[in-house]
Amino acid sequence: MLTKRIIACLDVRAGRLAKSVRFLDTKDIGDPVKAAKEYYDDGLDELVFYDITASSDGRDIMLDVVENVAAQVYIPFSVGGGIRNVEDANRLLGAGAEKINVNSAAVQRPELISECALAIGTQNTVLSMDILKVRESREFPSGYEIVIDGGRKRASIDALQWALRGEELGAGELVINSIDADGTRDGYEIALTRMISEAVSIPVIASGGAGEPEHILEVLTEGKADAALVASMVHYGDYTVREIKEWLQSRGVNVRLRY
Amino acid sequence: MIVIIDYDAGNLRSVQRACEKVGIMSEVSSDPERVLSAEKIIFPGVGSAESAVETLKKRGLDNAIVDFFQAGKPILGICLGLQILLDHTEEGNKKCLGMVSGACERFKFSDRSLKIPHIGWNDIQINFKHPVIEKIKDGDQFYFVHSYYAKLIHEEEIVSYTEYGNMKFCSVLAKDNLFATQFHLEKSGELGLKILKSFGDWNP
Repeated sequence: MLTKRIIACLDVRAGRLAKSVRFLDTKDIGDPVKAAKEYYDDGLDELVFYDITASSDGRDIMLDVVENVAAQVYIPFSVGGGIRNVEDANRLLGAGAEKINVNSAAVQRPELISECALAIGTQNTVLSMDILKVRESREFPSGYEIVIDGGRKRASIDALQWALRGEELGAGELVINSIDADGTRDGYEIALTRMISEAVSIPVIASGGAGEPEHILEVLTEGKADAALVASMVHYGDYTVREIKEWLQSRGVNVRLRY
Repeated sequence: MIVIIDYDAGNLRSVQRACEKVGIMSEVSSDPERVLSAEKIIFPGVGSAESAVETLKKRGLDNAIVDFFQAGKPILGICLGLQILLDHTEEGNKKCLGMVSGACERFKFSDRSLKIPHIGWNDIQINFKHPVIEKIKDGDQFYFVHSYYAKLIHEEEIVSYTEYGNMKFCSVLAKDNLFATQFHLEKSGELGLKILKSFGDWNP
């Protein structure tokens, strides 16, 4: 039986973790490679790195990070942030990433999704969407709007319509990131996740708001997500990946515990 | 030396790194001569079967793989590298290498909650023991990414099954000196690396 995936998200700026990450028995709190290895050893299913560096120097540093992660971590991992064309995607894949995440650049130029799907495969092309709750209207029939540039700019696109368009253009998976829930640790945006998951036929990864294992349970069952992204709750050492997975298993969610 | 076949189908470096990790010397090559002179070959692959088959033919690698198999030397197929071993695939309606009897078909579900591609970690049910998976237990989990699955004619070539929805498909196949997994063993953590290591030690 297919298991539900727990994916850890790491924000990287100029080769270091942007949020300080606390691990139980390590002193280096900013090394993304070390963090990745810790989670891998603890049974994490997948990793996502978001490169939040703006400069081109930073991009080269990111390639080094990807190379180093790939040399130690033998689970799938994707990289997002600033991917504007197939060349960017290929460089990251060449360095060892499994998949790439496109976000703002795909909103501005939707063909980016189909170009990536064609060049690196649908299954390696992930569409990440930052979503804001708005009033239901003719412009936003789903009651959710796409935002870009790290949540700073509203895109005037309905979130559900964008999800369907992304699938049609060849995205292999969707990341549903709720701007409202992000960083609150109050739980995922369940209604949004469920709405999109029921509408598309590709896997959906829920993101934003995880603080407790209960939140993950909720989004994987009621929210109908195929995978859950976690950040703070594992970065700050509140829970280990193993604890989360064992608890989910005890509540009847099928997860990977043999590794 | 193990040669990893390069036919522009995916992340060969992941496979190469995994080989390094378990102490297997490998080189990536798209040269049929080099492939034929290898001790063992790894036939990896992600992406579309249609373009993969075309590229194999263009580079003369299709014949090289078949000749290598007939010479009795060990082959490891991974994901698309398993599917292309069969007679035919529904993906682009392509004739494949025909080394194993069967065909690939696309997952079709009436239940919309079953997503396609089948992405994620799933377990295998072992049908019979094989030296390359001697360290693997029934129910161990591996990482899958695929929309098509292999339908084999001969049950005795099915080393393990995996279930997705109401579908039970072949997740590992073996035939003489050939061994192949539908899952990405190079991305399946330590258990995947164990399989790779056993392939390195295998002398069929």
